Amino acid sequence: MKILVPVKRVLDYNVKPRVKSDGTGVDLANVKMSMNPFDEIGIEEAIRLKEKGVATEVVAISVGPAKAQETLRTALAMGADRAILVQTDDDVEPLALAKIFKAIADAEAPGLVILGKQAIDGDNNQTGQMLAALTGWAQGTFASAVNVEGDHVSVTREVDGGLETVKLKLPAIVTTDLRLNEPRYASLPNIMKAKSKPLDTKTPADYGVDTAPRVKTVKVSEPPVRSAGVKVADVDELVAKLKAMGVHS
Amino acid sequence: MKTLVWVEHDGSSVKDATLAAVTAASKLGEVHLLVAGSGVDAVAKEAAQIAGVGKVHVADNAAFGHNLPENVAPLIADLMGSHDAFLAPATTTGKNIAPRVAALLDVMQISEILSVEGPKTFTRPIYAGNAIATVESSDAKLVLTVRGTAFDKAATSGGSGAIEAVGGGSDAGISSFVGAEIAKQDRPELTSAKVIVSGGRALGSSEKYQEVIVPLADKLGAALGASRAAVDAGYVPNDYQVGQTGKIVAPEVYFAIGISGAIQHLAGMKDSKTIVAINKDEDAPIFQVADFGLVADLFSAVPDLTAKI
Repeated sequence: MKILVPVKRVLDYNVKPRVKSDGTGVDLANVKMSMNPFDEIGIEEAIRLKEKGVATEVVAISVGPAKAQETLRTALAMGADRAILVQTDDDVEPLALAKIFKAIADAEAPGLVILGKQAIDGDNNQTGQMLAALTGWAQGTFASAVNVEGDHVSVTREVDGGLETVKLKLPAIVTTDLRLNEPRYASLPNIMKAKSKPLDTKTPADYGVDTAPRVKTVKVSEPPVRSAGVKVADVDELVAKLKAMGVHS
Repeated sequence: MKTLVWVEHDGSSVKDATLAAVTAASKLGEVHLLVAGSGVDAVAKEAAQIAGVGKVHVADNAAFGHNLPENVAPLIADLMGSHDAFLAPATTTGKNIAPRVAALLDVMQISEILSVEGPKTFTRPIYAGNAIATVESSDAKLVLTVRGTAFDKAATSGGSGAIEAVGGGSDAGISSFVGAEIAKQDRPELTSAKVIVSGGRALGSSEKYQEVIVPLADKLGAALGASRAAVDAGYVPNDYQVGQTGKIVAPEVYFAIGISGAIQHLAGMKDSKTIVAINKDEDAPIFQVADFGLVADLFSAVPDLTAKI
């Protein structure tokens, strides 16, 4: 079974995003970029399935600028077998991404596509579900456990209030939640080896997908700032403040 | 504009998150509801009482029993033939279903809207709430998820929606529900609680969380929360997590106890009306957003607070 894993190059999760002064977006010039953490979990899960003998090949895909190659090399260093870069400088929306992944899935015929549940830049949380709709496949979103059993996969999902398990017919779409696994670090020898693994470069047009945005960003602004209140001296003062607000047992 | 709102329910009653989505929908136009499930008469009757509701479409079919998106999304896509906007609460159920509907309609969804600025213009958080985007859709139909804490809840009475059965629907046969482990709590749900008591990494253990945090929450009738650090350390289950990667909450009062205030946590609770922080470290970032800050050792201060409040 082949597994496809889309990965996105995003602002590193440790960097505080700064809104550009002209209100057109978040400043990405000269800041550290990394693989979307949820996608890293996706790569890790695919590699583990390969190590268990469930998967035979792991293909990492990225839609983005030439620099997204670095993100794909990271995936290859972790253990993916080959990579496809769908190169574009446009900001591609989830719907168009799902269309590109659908075209790749048609060509590659994977058993599973594992995506991050969301990218930490746009926070859309859509692409996996949309890909499931376009392929007509079943979806297991927000996964905290994935078990392939014959021609089905059982996915435990993080839902409000607890966990839920669904059984999906393969091929299927899985999106990762944080607790699914802890991604490995690539070793130096594997980083070297990744440099010679195959990486194909394509464009959205190769898949016949129009990436023109459907949603226009009118402006991007800073969130309202919350100002600090007062420090209370002790528990008694805190109790008095709370009681004055009507907070008590 | 005719809107269709997904009613989130547990099989017997309407969940609160629905009410915020109804308020958002009412800013766009006429509000119709969809109650899908198996044996949902009671839910439909309750939904019809929600203030401002025009029609309640009821799809009662075993295939809709567990909100499986493979079965539910085609139903919604069909109903969207006669509606202009689909809105679902931004809960795990809504987030699971809405994008599947959007793709079936060839529409770009707008996720987690915070406000309605115009018939096709909305604000939404990006970068974990570190920036707010104002976005405008150019699609013929709208698919939106609604952040529950950003809109007032519609009144649960006063409405007289007309209940209309929706036929059809079938099991796509590609997915099935196996089971769920939903934590039973005699407490309010995190996302709708008036008071939340959250504990962080500084507690040091699951036992201390039980010993220090739980009694204060018990006394105040509050929901229990935690920072991601406390969840990662195994003090409490993941569904306690408040933050960018957990639940977004906005209670009347939020107690952050032994929580330093990482960006990821603040993203989940900074819209709380009043924030109370108790932390030993006076430089902890949580104090920059707290209305009342107490620099103290939580292991003595919190039991003292529990005794006196």
